[in-house]
Amino acid sequence: MPQVFNRGANGLARMSLVILGLVVTSLALTLNELQRSPYVTRQGERLEQPVPFSHQHHVAGLGLDCRYCHTSVENSSFAGIPPTKTCMNCHSEIWTNADILEPVRSSYRNNTSIWWTKIHDLPDYVYFNHEIHINKGIGCASCHGPVDEMPLMYQHGSLQMEWCLDCHRNPAKNIRPIGDPIFNIGWKGPSQDNQVWCEQGTGDCSLSGPYLQKSGKPMLKPIVFTDQMTLGKYLVAQYHVRTPNEIQSCETCHR
Amino acid sequence: MENHTDNLVQITTTPKRKLSLQEVRERLSAAKGKAYWRSLEELVDAPGFEELLENEFPAGVTEFPQESGVSRRNFMKLMGASMALAGLSACTRQPEEPIVPYVRQPEDLIPGVPKYFATTMPFPTGGIPVLVKSNEFRPTKIEGNAMHPASSGATDVFAQASILDLYDPDRAQNSSYRDQRRNWGDFHDAIDAYKVKAGASGGAGLRFLSETIISPTLVWQMQTVLKKFPSAKWYQWDPIHRDSARSAAKQMFGQYAEPIYNFEAANVVLSLDADFLYASYFPGFIPYARAFTKRRKMAEDTPMNRLYAVESFATTTGALSDNRLRMRASDIMVFASALAAALGGGGGAATGLSDDEQKFLQAVAKDLKANAGASLVIPGEQQPPELHILAAQINQALGNIGKTVSYAEPPEVVPTDQFAGLRELVGDMNAGKVDTLIILYGNPVYDAPVDLDFEGAMGKVANNVHLSLYRNETSRVSQWLLHGAHYLETWSDARAYDGTASLVQPLIAPLYDGHSAHELVALFTDTPEMTAYQAIQTYWQQNGKAAGDFATNFRRWLHDGIIPNSAPGAKTLTPRAGAPTITPLAKDAIEVVFRPDPTTYDGRYNNNAWLQECPKPLLRLEWDNAAMMSIETAARLGFEQEDVIRITVDGRYVDAPVLVVYGMPENSITLNLGYGRYFSGRAGNGFGFNAYAIRSTKTPLIAVAEKLEKTGDTYHLAVVQNYTLIKPHGDPKWMNRSVQGAEAVRRDLIRVASYDQYKKDPDFAHSQTFDEDPQSYDSLYPGFDYTKGYQWGMAIDMNSCVGCNSCVIACQAENNVAVVGKEQVKIGRDMKWLRIDTYYTGDLHNPRAFFQPMLCQHCENAPCEPVCPVGATVHTPEGVNTMVYNRCVGTRYCSNNCPYKVRRFNFKLFSDYITPSLKPLRNPDVTVRSRGVMEKCSYCIQRINAARIQAEVEETRLQEDDPTAERKIRDGEVVTACQQACPTDAIVFGNINDPDSRVTRIKAQPRNYGLLTDVNTRPRTSYIASVVNPNFEIGDRTDMPGKTFIGEQS
Repeated sequence: MPQVFNRGANGLARMSLVILGLVVTSLALTLNELQRSPYVTRQGERLEQPVPFSHQHHVAGLGLDCRYCHTSVENSSFAGIPPTKTCMNCHSEIWTNADILEPVRSSYRNNTSIWWTKIHDLPDYVYFNHEIHINKGIGCASCHGPVDEMPLMYQHGSLQMEWCLDCHRNPAKNIRPIGDPIFNIGWKGPSQDNQVWCEQGTGDCSLSGPYLQKSGKPMLKPIVFTDQMTLGKYLVAQYHVRTPNEIQSCETCHR
Repeated sequence: MENHTDNLVQITTTPKRKLSLQEVRERLSAAKGKAYWRSLEELVDAPGFEELLENEFPAGVTEFPQESGVSRRNFMKLMGASMALAGLSACTRQPEEPIVPYVRQPEDLIPGVPKYFATTMPFPTGGIPVLVKSNEFRPTKIEGNAMHPASSGATDVFAQASILDLYDPDRAQNSSYRDQRRNWGDFHDAIDAYKVKAGASGGAGLRFLSETIISPTLVWQMQTVLKKFPSAKWYQWDPIHRDSARSAAKQMFGQYAEPIYNFEAANVVLSLDADFLYASYFPGFIPYARAFTKRRKMAEDTPMNRLYAVESFATTTGALSDNRLRMRASDIMVFASALAAALGGGGGAATGLSDDEQKFLQAVAKDLKANAGASLVIPGEQQPPELHILAAQINQALGNIGKTVSYAEPPEVVPTDQFAGLRELVGDMNAGKVDTLIILYGNPVYDAPVDLDFEGAMGKVANNVHLSLYRNETSRVSQWLLHGAHYLETWSDARAYDGTASLVQPLIAPLYDGHSAHELVALFTDTPEMTAYQAIQTYWQQNGKAAGDFATNFRRWLHDGIIPNSAPGAKTLTPRAGAPTITPLAKDAIEVVFRPDPTTYDGRYNNNAWLQECPKPLLRLEWDNAAMMSIETAARLGFEQEDVIRITVDGRYVDAPVLVVYGMPENSITLNLGYGRYFSGRAGNGFGFNAYAIRSTKTPLIAVAEKLEKTGDTYHLAVVQNYTLIKPHGDPKWMNRSVQGAEAVRRDLIRVASYDQYKKDPDFAHSQTFDEDPQSYDSLYPGFDYTKGYQWGMAIDMNSCVGCNSCVIACQAENNVAVVGKEQVKIGRDMKWLRIDTYYTGDLHNPRAFFQPMLCQHCENAPCEPVCPVGATVHTPEGVNTMVYNRCVGTRYCSNNCPYKVRRFNFKLFSDYITPSLKPLRNPDVTVRSRGVMEKCSYCIQRINAARIQAEVEETRLQEDDPTAERKIRDGEVVTACQQACPTDAIVFGNINDPDSRVTRIKAQPRNYGLLTDVNTRPRTSYIASVVNPNFEIGDRTDMPGKTFIGEQS
């Protein structure tokens, strides 16, 4: 019986094994990249909204505080989406005829809610709580990014679990003095030029000099911070932030 | 399973081959009784039982049900290839979701923060004051109102489940006239026209039929109508009414009065068929259970009380009792009469009592006498008036009245003789004297005495109007159906069992625009537009007894959920002497006793799936009712378990399956009401049988069976007692018992001593040679330091647990636990996180039962954790064993490795993701689990997290002023759902690292013990051993405590 395969077939067989390995590996790599890609996470996507609301204009341009609209951010798990009434506080006076604002006016007129599209949309099994982050020194910008530079809102972080854990493993990277820096979107952290003074043994910090926040009196033992990691570590201790082991525990976010 | 083939898979219900009751009796007489058992199958080593031990779930449970035509195994073969790609599904993008803000946000609303509002659940025996959790103004959970003494913060099983009725998709959603859709305005017009017509005759043809009304405002409105239409009449009807108690009061005092019991002052309590330890169908259950168990917590200054129960059924009260006598319901009066004679309170001689009964009677009489003035005799609600009279006379003879018994106004504002009333109404209807019948809630076509033929009488009335939450049997034959408002949707008021009034306020606008009885009755007055809110305002403005501004008072009442000083004062009454005549039932006659069902009550909760799937106490039966009888009676009559029998009473019959109940008297059959409905809804239709079909005006409480015969059919009952068992290991002697049966003995799951023994040796739960130290402390895994921070733990007092099921439903409501349906229950897929294990011990015919609430034990060395291949169940640093649903892939290894069998698996998509009306019901803080996911008790981790966040945020705010301020979670800030609902305070939860916390102090008691600690699981949940206080003159029905320990028996 003649040979079915000639000698060259051996080479082909070896080759195809290598190719198969390559295909499998590259598929795995591709899928790995894909599931972290903005396509899946919707990172950076400007979703269509009924009104093209500009955070850039309202925050950077007009200087509105985050809490003017997101009223419950300090007191509730949910930061709050402003009711139509909040928009109409100003827009019953200015831009009253702008076409772009018609959905707002009609909502107010007809008493029907505006249906926004959710940008920061966590899976249903994740229980994120704004209140505790704000009250432990995590600023809005740490998660939501440079909102003041966003003419149309988009998701800044990937919001994947590794992204959350990145901070939960080392909160010092992002923690800020409680007070104005929390809601100051542009705050870049302490540096040689922008020092932070904290009263020793307390979380009472000031950006404008060694003065106590509430009373304005001079600090007794001010410490000066010029970089985020030193300040962060100090604040983590002062704010009694639980240990990374504790805040990485599953029940912190999943229940 | 050996008998299955790949394409035909049978799901066996257990046991595979049933033993006949005759065989059971033979085996029982041969075998020495086991010390503890869970069910008959276990007791007699029934075939198939061992299989239940081997497999956690009944065989075949993991297979696809046959109807789908393909077995799971086949499915896996076919799908093998495509499964390889399943991992990719994790890469799907999240769908875009809308977020919808208010147009004008309510000023006091913080989105995401729940609010609590006080209101009252109306119930025929008195309102139950509750506090309702409201998430963004949708009610999600019922809690007790701690400010009202009728609740003290606890609820009963009906109050917990009532929230599901609000969202029930089967509610009537619109009104109709002759099946044509109408609205409220149409009805308004019709009534306006009718008023003009009826005005001339004074409303001679107008009749109102309501449920028992406990709302003073509604009665005031009703009386206004009756003034306007002097010839109109108003009747009240509830199938579980209190005619016996009322008629007894009338005979004794010449006026209506409600006895109020003071359990805390009673050293000895005798229950004469009174089931006061299960739910509010005994008026005052919550405060009574709390007061009763206060005397059983072994506090140093309060000696333990003693409970005697003489009863005709197996109730939780009887299970808790120290001495129990089983008697036919009709014989209990004979006993009471003899007891009255023995105590000098009238009554007749003890005729026809057996020696045992005589012995019991003498001992009870002696004990009661010794505790005169500090004892209590309670008559059963389902007993005739004569027994109520006898009980009052005994209390009088003992000098208890004024000390442990006092009298007050009944909670129903206008007490009536409901049977007489209904008879009169039906007479008028049949005589053609009624042209318009207004039925306010209730369901008389279903539950009125069968001989009155209410449906036929309705046919003779031109206009039947039914205000109802459901389109039920009565609405079906009414011309008008008006869809009603649930109590969470309307304003009203209600009186509690002791007469204290409180307001009912709406938690949500009526979901379907339903209207309340207040608004309907108002249509007949001169102010037809009066809303329910205006009605209660008007009434209380005139009748509120508080000084000062009404508006301020009203807000205070609303906030507190109680109207102070609204209880009509106590009455000083003396029962008249003179023994009532009693006619004993022939010894060999078989009585049929009608009782409210422990879960569907009189049928009103028939469509409540939580209650349908709540195991009835002791019976552990779900979804059905049954003809319940003792094993001897069943065997003598030749009936087997689940045989359908025909019960004939007075020429009428009903077919019902037989269920053998331990501890029932001979020649007695109990039928629970509230089943066998066909116009109920998807949860209730077709389950059980309708006992009303043989309940007539002649024999409303106890009937005599004319004939009992097998129909030849069998009917499967879903009894959950045999599930969640595992096979014990070790000594072959114990091999064929469940962990709960055998280990209860071998490893002392139940530890108990008599009161005397406890006083001698308070450490009895450990001083015996119990197998509780682990043989080895070795672990493959490094230990974890649990000495720092919060460490959560729970203690459950076995002596206080009355098995009332409140915690079971509270857990279901809090944690979004799914209902699975009868078929799934039958194959052991019940999802409840918390179950109340019931253990029997002693004499099969009159056993003692123990209740052991069983939930995840949160072992420090949790056996479930190392076997999970994906780390979906892990420990938190605070010692909670937590489930991560999104990691779970459903291998069920954890469940397999759990010695306590507390893990529940979603074999199917049990959670309802589709029905829109059920969505607002869910607790937003707990994940709704999908198919293929394991779940279990989380120690209410959402409540722990909420308390922690609150404490930490408050700390931050305190530090603004004082940088060194600390704010820890305080003891009592984290309350689990089961703990909160518990009427007897049996469950305590807290930080076991805090030496001053309540849970630490309770766990420090010598009676504290853990379950299966010998396998080194180190459970965080512990139990407080039982102490029973039997009167040894009678002997104990378990022939154990005071002599030897149960653990020593074999």
